[in-house]
Amino acid sequence: MLLAVALATMLTIALMVTHAMAADLATEIKSLDTSNFAQKEKAIAAIAATGDARVAAVLTALNDNKLLIRKADRLVVIAEGKGNVKIENAATGEALGEAAEADLDRIAINNKIRRQIKVILGGLTLFSDDPAVRLKAADDLFRSRDLSSLQPLKDALAKEQDPQVRQAMMEALAALTLVSDAPEAEKLAAVLTVKARGDQDAIALLSSVAQGSDAVARAATEALTSLEWARSFWDSLQNAVYGLSLGSVLLLAAIGLAITFGVMGVINMAHGEMVMIGAYVTFLVQEVIRGAAPDLLDQSLFIAVPLAFLVTALIGIAIERSIIRFLYGRPLETLLATWGLSLILQQAIRSLFGPTNREVSTPSWMSGSLELGALTLTANRLAIIVFALLVFVGLLLLLRHSRFGLEMRAVTQNRQMASAMGIHTARVDALTFGLGSGIAGIAGVALSQIDNVSPNLGQSYIIDSFMVVVFGGVGNLWGTLVAALTLGIANKFLEPFAGAVLGKILVLVFIILFIQKRPRGLFALKGRAVEA
Amino acid sequence: MIAGRLLKISDRGVLVTLAVILIIAILVPVLHLLVPPESAFHIPAYAMALIGKYLCYAMLALSLDLIWGYCGILSLGHGAFFALGGYAMGMYLMRQIGSRGVYGNAELPDFMVFLNWTELPWYWHGFDSFAFAMFMVLFVPGVLAFLFGFFAFRSRVSGVHLSIITQALTFALMLAFFRNDMGFGGNNGLTDFKDILGFNLQASGTRTALFIATCLALGASLLLCLAITRSRLGVVLTAIRDAESRTRFLGYRVEAFKLFAFTVSACIAGVAGALYVPQVGIINPGEFAPANSIEAVVWTAIGGRGTLFGPILGAVLVNFAKSWFTSALPELWLFALGGLFLAVTLFLPKGLAGLFDRKAAGGRRAVPAAQPEAAE
Repeated sequence: MLLAVALATMLTIALMVTHAMAADLATEIKSLDTSNFAQKEKAIAAIAATGDARVAAVLTALNDNKLLIRKADRLVVIAEGKGNVKIENAATGEALGEAAEADLDRIAINNKIRRQIKVILGGLTLFSDDPAVRLKAADDLFRSRDLSSLQPLKDALAKEQDPQVRQAMMEALAALTLVSDAPEAEKLAAVLTVKARGDQDAIALLSSVAQGSDAVARAATEALTSLEWARSFWDSLQNAVYGLSLGSVLLLAAIGLAITFGVMGVINMAHGEMVMIGAYVTFLVQEVIRGAAPDLLDQSLFIAVPLAFLVTALIGIAIERSIIRFLYGRPLETLLATWGLSLILQQAIRSLFGPTNREVSTPSWMSGSLELGALTLTANRLAIIVFALLVFVGLLLLLRHSRFGLEMRAVTQNRQMASAMGIHTARVDALTFGLGSGIAGIAGVALSQIDNVSPNLGQSYIIDSFMVVVFGGVGNLWGTLVAALTLGIANKFLEPFAGAVLGKILVLVFIILFIQKRPRGLFALKGRAVEA
Repeated sequence: MIAGRLLKISDRGVLVTLAVILIIAILVPVLHLLVPPESAFHIPAYAMALIGKYLCYAMLALSLDLIWGYCGILSLGHGAFFALGGYAMGMYLMRQIGSRGVYGNAELPDFMVFLNWTELPWYWHGFDSFAFAMFMVLFVPGVLAFLFGFFAFRSRVSGVHLSIITQALTFALMLAFFRNDMGFGGNNGLTDFKDILGFNLQASGTRTALFIATCLALGASLLLCLAITRSRLGVVLTAIRDAESRTRFLGYRVEAFKLFAFTVSACIAGVAGALYVPQVGIINPGEFAPANSIEAVVWTAIGGRGTLFGPILGAVLVNFAKSWFTSALPELWLFALGGLFLAVTLFLPKGLAGLFDRKAAGGRRAVPAAQPEAAE
């Protein structure tokens, strides 16, 4: 091993020094035609020293047993294929047609030569003209920590101009220093360089160095602790983002439910199906666009959102007029009737579109991702967070600053009194139900981007949405916002150490207990109206 | 004597139902065991198991009726108690397999061997004993209902909120039982049962005995519910259903009454589950699915809540329809079920029992019209 290192070092120095000497590649290749391995090594060193552009090709072929000698004229060729092989002149690359394998002699190599070739090739990539190749070579070196490449690395570093590649090479050098027998001071400096890199590979390297009790190991342990801390910080941040994204999905799914429950005291079990219908509207819009105007596909969501709102709002109003209004004052019956309705809607969609998932494409502006430090934000998650907040703000404005909102709030607080003041409560009920369903519809458009569009889409969100509503309390949108985000984030923070399922169970149990403490949720509506 | 007192309070519906259950309990086994298979009157084993299954569902519907029809508590998670009773029975049946499992391990059920567990979890101990298992069939659902009800009723969680958190309860239990780590067989649940009390589960005699036991249990639950609802306690329960606040102001401990009814109801559901499992041959976490519990509510609603025979009728009829639909017109079943939900809530608020009631002029009103206690 030591010999190989020494040899490689020698070789590469030779490579550097003799670069300009332009020795004749053909001659050196010819000298590979020997059965003596020591002579082959010399020949390889000489080939490398020519600095010819074909060095890499020749040595790679040799390493892969594709460098052969034509028996007829002892010409060294590179062969490709099996049986009748295509051959080319190793020195010039000139194609020589085909030859039978029987007419060719293989140039045998041993492991020592393979190592030698590897080092030379590694050195060559470090000196490549392409910065990307150099960068990759340096990164590979950081991971492999092959000490035999120490010298070429140092040489390459001395020449390197590109700051990014330079940085990678410095890190690779630090990694090599750490595994070499360099003096302690150098190693301590190397620990800092590796720590600054701070990725998974750096952590792996540091934890391998951290064994032992000398100053270097201590420094590595220290660096490791601070890196782990930074990593757990980024992990928490990432979890918070995931939680926020889940929370905004919950917010979208639950906010319509909260409105209908708040105003009418009606739990709409078919709410999930409105979400599902919204997703199918998206699918249909895309189908139509694909047929009529494929260029518009990227804008399909902008058409789907209002359309889904309209369709589901109309369905909602129809449901209210035809079923729910006969059941006022009987909330438990409403719950059953809407459950029955949800079964019918599910089966209807299943009969119309089939039970399998439908494909909804994601617009190009919603794919891709954003990197912030160690944080990855996918564009569609980000878009849904923004969208949920927009919907929330829109609803808030509607409730605060419109005539309809005013009437709705009045009915929420005291139905009889509102009616006595001349508010047409039946109309408010119908519109409220329509609004709640419409919002479920646009939630469906959003969900079509991150979930499978199937007849069961709504079912998977309905229980979570209920949890959000009972947790947040009714009659106040802020309650829904806080509850949705809290539950989303709690879910994602419990996931890493409790597992996804157990985390969900814990959240459910927490809500069941929480309801005991505050039966009307976080933001309960205060006043006499609530005590029947 | 008690029976005599009960009979004095004539409830024609309940009497007829008891008589029908008695007839079924005698007739079906006779037709199964004594009539030769070639005869048109022979009832094959699968059909008897199917009827037994309906009767278990009828018990579940009855237990729901006790709290919903008489106390105004709509539980959307009663399937959880049913399934827990079923799991208790299933655990006993698993222990009876002994070394006849696929892996031939006398100590551990197959799924534990499969998961590389080396010893029985503590909560599986004792289930070798039938008596202990039967105790757990009542105890586990009862305790869960007691604790859940204690906290829920004390903090006056009621109406839709209560329905939703019972749904959350059964959903959480479903997720939990799906986990392999829970030690209840995970996804696959408990199955491959061999025998019960030493009798082969596949044998005609054992099946008949199970069937008769189901009929007896249903009859006994019916009498128990009759006793409860016709007692002074039952009158208070009805009062709570009709005007909870007023009852409280009259000095009754509403929570205690509700808790009693809820716990008894959970125990009945547990027994129903325990009888269900050996006849169906499997129990898995799917039984905890919220949809199952809601379906049970609909049997009760269709039959007519607030009458004791209605839910039994409803459960049997709806499940019979389900069996027929799912084999003949599978894609129409959900339409039919959903339509039933709508039709019953809109047009038959008293269920099928309400139809009889209307004919019997001057009969007691079964369910007073809806309570406008709904401003919550």
